[in-house]
Formats: sequence, C-alpha cells, structure tokens
Amino acid sequence: MRTSRKIGAIGLSLVIVLAACGSDDSSDSTADSTATSDAASSTDAPAGTDAPTGTEAPGGDPTAAPTELGEGEGELNIIAWAGYAEDGSTDPAVDWVTPFEEATGCQVNVKTGNSSDEMVQLMQTGEYDGVSASGDATTRLIAGGEVAPVNTDLIPNYADVFEGLKLQPWNSVDGVAYGVPQGRGLNLLTYNTELYTTAPDSWSEMFEPSSAAAGSVSVYDNAIYIADAALYLMATQPDLGITNPYALDQAQFDAAIELLTQQKDLVSQYWGSFTDQQAGLEDGSVLAGTTWQFIVNLALANGAKIDAIKPTEGATGWSDTWMISSQAKNPNCMYLWMDHIISPDANAQVAEWFGEAPSNALSCDLTADPEHCSTYHAEDEDYWTDVWYWETATEECLDGRTDVACVPYTEWVNAWSKLRS
Amino acid sequence: MRRLARVFTHHPRLSLTATLGAPVMWLLVVYVGSLLLLVVTAFFKLDTTTQKPTSELTLDNINVAFTTSAFAWTVIRSIGVALSVTLLCLVIALPMAFYIAKVAKPWARRGLVVAVLLPLWGGYLVKGYAWRAMFSPGSEFSASGGGGVLDSTIGWTPGFGQTALVITLAYQWLPYMVLPIYAGLDRLPASLLDASADLGGRPLRTFRSIIGPMIVPSIAAGSIFTFSLSLGDYIMPNIVGGKTQLIGNLIARTLLAPNQPLAAAFTLWPILIIVVYLATMSRLKAFDNL
Repeated sequence: MRTSRKIGAIGLSLVIVLAACGSDDSSDSTADSTATSDAASSTDAPAGTDAPTGTEAPGGDPTAAPTELGEGEGELNIIAWAGYAEDGSTDPAVDWVTPFEEATGCQVNVKTGNSSDEMVQLMQTGEYDGVSASGDATTRLIAGGEVAPVNTDLIPNYADVFEGLKLQPWNSVDGVAYGVPQGRGLNLLTYNTELYTTAPDSWSEMFEPSSAAAGSVSVYDNAIYIADAALYLMATQPDLGITNPYALDQAQFDAAIELLTQQKDLVSQYWGSFTDQQAGLEDGSVLAGTTWQFIVNLALANGAKIDAIKPTEGATGWSDTWMISSQAKNPNCMYLWMDHIISPDANAQVAEWFGEAPSNALSCDLTADPEHCSTYHAEDEDYWTDVWYWETATEECLDGRTDVACVPYTEWVNAWSKLRS
Repeated sequence: MRRLARVFTHHPRLSLTATLGAPVMWLLVVYVGSLLLLVVTAFFKLDTTTQKPTSELTLDNINVAFTTSAFAWTVIRSIGVALSVTLLCLVIALPMAFYIAKVAKPWARRGLVVAVLLPLWGGYLVKGYAWRAMFSPGSEFSASGGGGVLDSTIGWTPGFGQTALVITLAYQWLPYMVLPIYAGLDRLPASLLDASADLGGRPLRTFRSIIGPMIVPSIAAGSIFTFSLSLGDYIMPNIVGGKTQLIGNLIARTLLAPNQPLAAAFTLWPILIIVVYLATMSRLKAFDNL
C-alpha cells in the first residue's frame, strides 16, 4: 500500500517536471518557429536551404552558401574583439551598432572575446551567429566546421575591400571565401614615456634582464604569445633557424619557452582582459608591455603617459575576418551585419576606434583623421612584411619544412599553462 | 480539481512529494548530472585540429592533470591561499561577531549586522578593482602622480601578488564568516559567561573552555564558505594577484584553450579537495548549524 502510494507520488512529480519542461519547450519553440519561418521564407530558393545549418564538412562546396537573402530575423548574436562592436556604452559618440539595428531591425547582442582561443570555444557552443576571428582562430573554425562559406555576392561592400586581404589562406578554402576581412593591425610595444625619455626600438625591453622596465613588464596572457618570443629569437639567435614564429620545431620551441621563463622575473602582470592592461598602464605599474592600439587609446584618454611602437624586430599581428556560424540561427541578420561592418562608414569608425588598418579602400576617405590610413599603413604592403599575422601552429610546419615535425598549438597551450603555473 | 485537492489533503506524504519532486529532480539532473558529465568528459581524447572532444577514451588528461609538478604546485598554492583567507577571516570575524552578539547594545545589533552585510551588496568586480587601487605599487610614473591608496597614505604596499590576493579575498568573503559565528554566539546564553566569571574564570579561560567549544561548529560552517569560495576564485588573481595563478585560472585557461577534456580533468582537483574539506568539517558538526 505504502509503496504504491510512493510510486504514485513519484509519478505525479514526474508529470510536474515534464509539464515544466513542456512549458519551457513551448516558449522556446515559439521563438524557434518565428526564426524558422523567417528562414523558410528566406530560403524559398532551394539552393539556399543548406547554408545556415548544413555545412558541417570542412571546406564545403561553394554552393552551400545562400544565393539570396531574406528579411532580417530581428536578432543577431555575435562574438567580437573588444572595440569591434560599439553601441555607445563605452563612449556615447562611438556607436555603429545602433544605426545598424535601426536600419535592419536586427537587435545585436555582443559577446566580447578576450583571445582567439576563447572565440573558438564560444563558437563551438553553436549559440552565436558570427564572429570577428583572427587568423589563428579562422583556420581552427573552418577545420572544425564551425563556420560556413560566404556568398560574397550578397555583400555589396565586399567589392571595395583591398584585394590584398581577399581570399587569403586564413579566410578562404580553395578560392571560396569564409568571411569578410575587417582590418589588420599588430601587437605593439607600449612603454611609459616618463621612464623612456627616448623611445625604445626593440622587444629586448620585454625580454632582457637589462631592461629599464624590469619588474614592470606586462605580457599578453595567451599561448599565442610564444610566437612573440620566437619572433625575438628570430632576430637575436639566428642560428636557431626560425623563419616563421608559428612554425617551431621542438628545439626552437624549447628555446622560446626558455626565453619566456627568463622573462617571468621581469614581469609584473600577465593580462588576459584588456581592462587589466589598461589599468596597469594608467596606474604606472606597467612600464613596458605588449598591447593593442585600442588599449593605448583608452589609457591615453585617461591621462596615462605612454606611447606605442613597432620594434625593429617586427611584430606579431592579426588580420581579422567576420565569419558566419554554420549553425547560425539568424543568417540573414549576419549577412546584413557583415555588409554593414565593412561598409566604408562603419569600417572607418572601427578602424579609428580600435586603431587598425581598415579593410575597405573607401574607408580611408571617411576617417575623422584624414591621415589615419597612412598612419596605419592601410595600403603600404611593405610595412606588413615583418608583421606575422596570428596563425595556428600545426604539426605540419607552416614554413614548408618537411624534414621535422613542428610543435602543434595544443602543445603551445599546455606549455603556456605550465609556464604560468 | 476539487477531487485532486481532496487526494492531496488525505495523503500529506503525496503532497510533500509533489511539492519537492520537481526541485529534487532538477537538482539531480542539472547539478549531479552535470557533475557526472564533467567527470566523464575528462576521459575523452581531444581532436587537436578541431579542438573538440572525440569519442575516443584516454587516461592522458588525468595523467597530465595529476602528475605534472607545475600543476601540482598550483593546487598546493590554491589550498594555501584558501586556508590563509579562512584564517584571516576567522581572526577578524571572531572579535567582530563577539562584539555584535555580546557587547553591543541590543538596539545597535541590527544596525551592525546590516553593516557587516552591506559590502555583499556591492559588485564583486567593483570591490576587486577598488582593492587594485589600494594595492597599486608606488610608481612615479602613474597617471595620477602616485601609487595606490596604501602607498600614498602609509607609504607601504604589498604590491600585486599573493598577499594582496589573500587580503582581497578575505575582504570579499568576510561576511560569510561573521554571520555564522554571530549566530552561534547569539545562541550562547549570557548566563554561562557570568557563571564562568563567578567561578573565577578569567576572560581567556572563559573563551577557551566555554565559548570556544560551543562555537566550533559555527566557525566550521563559516570556513566552508570562505574556503570553497577562495579555492574556486579565478577573477581576483587576475585583478590583484599579479602573476599568482590559482587552480581556477588553470581550469578557465584550459577550457578556453579550448581543451574541454583536460579542463575537466583539472576540475577533479577542487572536487576532491572540497569533498575532503566538507568531510572534515562535518566531523566538527558544521552542518548542524546551517
């Protein structure tokens, strides 16, 4: 008697649980059904149906991209580098998201990514429509089937993008575009102008014990920074034979780790989020460090006495691409966003706010500072020859060597974790 | 509907199950379920190209997480920081709680308790950056022309590092230590203290023989909060910890790498530590007090 009562009770509680789940489901499915009906109306053309959801195979065929666009879905969820999708909340005057929302009806939700690794991880969740990915993330995203090919015919502003940025190894597969270029820049050496009355010109300020900033050096806290050490070794220890900081065999890799271990004594902080680097530059606890121009701009606005340069050894850098998720729930809004963000107007604003070279050739006429494009060498290809865009290290050496195996990026991550422990 | 109501009235046990069933199921599925998933994930191999877990099984992750000396040191450091924070909280909380419960006038007690709770309503990050402003090492190069608050007032600061981290975490979690001890002392009849004094017990003796033993469970309860919250923290080390890394940083870093299986293997460390800690505290009767 008692057991049967118990069973009944459990049964009832199950019913309640199911009912609760059911109601959750129904609210979800209403949201979903509006999305799918939009998607359905947008993809009346049979060729387009696969695009948002279908391309799981890496390097999928170009026909998988949609051939026409429908109405915006009303929402857009994107992952962006800090400063890439400003809606006026940082500075009311800096806003290229609101005009987009007003023009398209796509409500934009931005998730800031602090590193390429984090962006790959976030894209793997399948909950975002697109991402502003650097070259070390793009290759992983394409290989993992996280992103879909893009039909650039549906993005009118693509025509004005610098040819040198189109269909590069990091944003295309076999001549098929996997996104639209956003812009490029480099990881600068920032320094305190009170300490350095004459500007330093070498990364040695961050690596050598003789540095004037010893004890107050700030380093980007990510495995990709190993490439910065390799770049410095390229110039200072030529006998190691490093020709590409992302193609390191075991001996070269060990040398880079050794240099980074030596560097630890000089370091006051490793920055993971740009706000920590900005705070350090402002309160003077950081006297030299790696930085993005964007952080320098923010810190300067708050009175920091700093400047930033590209040292003689060259620098690591990034060439960023807006990509669409292969599981995008709002593909139309994402296409509209990709067109908007590389439009001359928005592209000029991002380039100036972030401090990078824009990707759209017409942006250069629209920047508030008419010299912006020449300052950031947007069209000066010579300037970029010693800038090594972030790439993902693979066992197959990126510099073309076949007689050795290179250290793959997962090992970089483990080595960095150990270094930081 | 009315018939259903009657069934519930006549079978109180049924109505209890119906009320608690959903939350209990929720706890089982969402909490225990996800913990189990976490443990299972640790055994999957990572596809190094796509950086997603494959269905292949391996012990490598466990091996790396538990036998690499660098990672073991991080774990030891984390336990050290968590214990230091707990101790610091205890030293500060004991006299505070005693004053509020036994010395302060009854009308002032409520106000003092609110004052202890007040910092909890402030943002966790805001408090973190506030402490960053406190600890900032003296530098002639800062935008404001001086070091942090500590440096410019007393001329000394520990700078960013483990000391700053312990102090900041102790500040963040102090109310969780004060409140259980206060509650324990509040229950302690004042007559016991009087009796001890009447029998010639000096304050120290009274504390050792009367108060101490009676509030051990409260202290244990408070320490569970301070210990577990410190052990899991990975934000404060970035803000005030300088180069200091805790196990939480290692997990976050590995998860974002992304290397989900190895991150899952690392999380087994804090799970084990907390289980041991809870078992120890439960022997001190901490849970009778919650």
